[in-house]
Amino acid sequence: MDFLRPAGWEEALAAKAEHPAAVPIAGGTDVMVEINFDHRRPEYLMDLNRVGDLYEWEVGEDAVRLGACVPYARIMEHLRAELPGLALASHTVASPQIRNRGGVGGNLGTASPAGDAHPALLAAGAEVEAESVRGARRIPIDAFYTGVKRNALAPDELIRAVHVKKADGPQQYSKVGTRNAMVIAVCAFGLALHPETRTVRTGIGSAAPTPVRARAAEEFLNAALEEGGLWDNGKAVVPSLAQRFADLCAAACDPIDDVRGTAGYRRHAVGVMARRTLTWTWESYRGARRTTEGAA
Amino acid sequence: MRIDFTVNGRPREADDVWEGESLLYVLRERLGLPGSKNACEQGECGSCTVRLDGVPVCSCLVAAGQVQGREVVTVEGLADLAGQRSRGAVARPGEDTGLSPLQQAFLDAGAVQCGFCTPGLLVAADEMLERHPDPSDADIREALSGNLCRCTGYEKIMDAVRLAAARRAERG
Repeated sequence: MDFLRPAGWEEALAAKAEHPAAVPIAGGTDVMVEINFDHRRPEYLMDLNRVGDLYEWEVGEDAVRLGACVPYARIMEHLRAELPGLALASHTVASPQIRNRGGVGGNLGTASPAGDAHPALLAAGAEVEAESVRGARRIPIDAFYTGVKRNALAPDELIRAVHVKKADGPQQYSKVGTRNAMVIAVCAFGLALHPETRTVRTGIGSAAPTPVRARAAEEFLNAALEEGGLWDNGKAVVPSLAQRFADLCAAACDPIDDVRGTAGYRRHAVGVMARRTLTWTWESYRGARRTTEGAA
Repeated sequence: MRIDFTVNGRPREADDVWEGESLLYVLRERLGLPGSKNACEQGECGSCTVRLDGVPVCSCLVAAGQVQGREVVTVEGLADLAGQRSRGAVARPGEDTGLSPLQQAFLDAGAVQCGFCTPGLLVAADEMLERHPDPSDADIREALSGNLCRCTGYEKIMDAVRLAAARRAERG
């Protein structure tokens, strides 16, 4: 094994071009587990800790450009207002020790269906900034996950940043596990209200071969909210509407039975989380409307 | 490969390090610092917790090559670190600083049973007390949520951290 230590981004791209099999390591929270357990013996390990700009973020007008290696702890601390869904998801990641090291770039690189960031990224809307010596491109998050632990990156590409849309409405994130800390998701659900476009977006984790959106559920809800004038009149989402949305979210799952839970349980739990996160976000949206309009 | 870094305030070097080796292995097997414990090797138990440039991390998940030129504090360095904090000075190498106040509180509160999780808990709790000198129970639980103890049920550990914080408040 060789240990590559690029001092900057250009050097990292050159190294990846020369050694496409090189495994990038940042927080090490996935890669080192595989090495410690002898599941993986990469020919080259490429340390990204020295590439400083991967640890920075910029808050733009419409989106946050989040460096690939910004640790979850920083997201929770500094980006709660701009990226509330991702901040909530970050807080469910493992433990403080892991959140101090791991970041969204690694979550995307590993592309596990159980990765905690994915449902939040899908719900908020995001693009992955990938780059190689051949050039840079932005991969829409919906096109990024291509299979179980597979993603759209080419062998010579590295993830530089993720562009996540700034929240224009309430966002929620919910995760089912056997305890609060140190737990891989049995399943997870992210939901974001986008009042500016009058749309709702979702993300489902750990209940299909890849992280997925519940598109049919989104379309149903978008139409129902529009039809009822709910974005304007601020009325509550009636239980039958929430239940139909929940059922469609459950139907969007394609889960498996495994040691963490059965497929049936996952479908059920995703439905419950969908209903709850819709209620939480919608009540928050209505509350904010009342506050901004100054009505009692 | 060769790694040069700072451990507990002293420059150290490790030779013939395998590229896939963890910081934990380097500390225990190459530098003779067995305080950080090797248990799960997958970041789940926290017994290998050290501070890397001040931040608590699982040393089993840090590749040795990643610590080149960086600063690590292990449980063996907690007494020195506490001394520095209270005196604002660096302990002389070889000076016997005994136990840090947090370590003493763990003993006094009966927070140590088999002791395997203790080093990780000490490093994590020590860092938390730097940030939150007067921690709530929620602060303590959150900070220690990545450290597993299978003996105590955590109550004595909570007592120990509260005791350390109370003693520090008394001293002013």
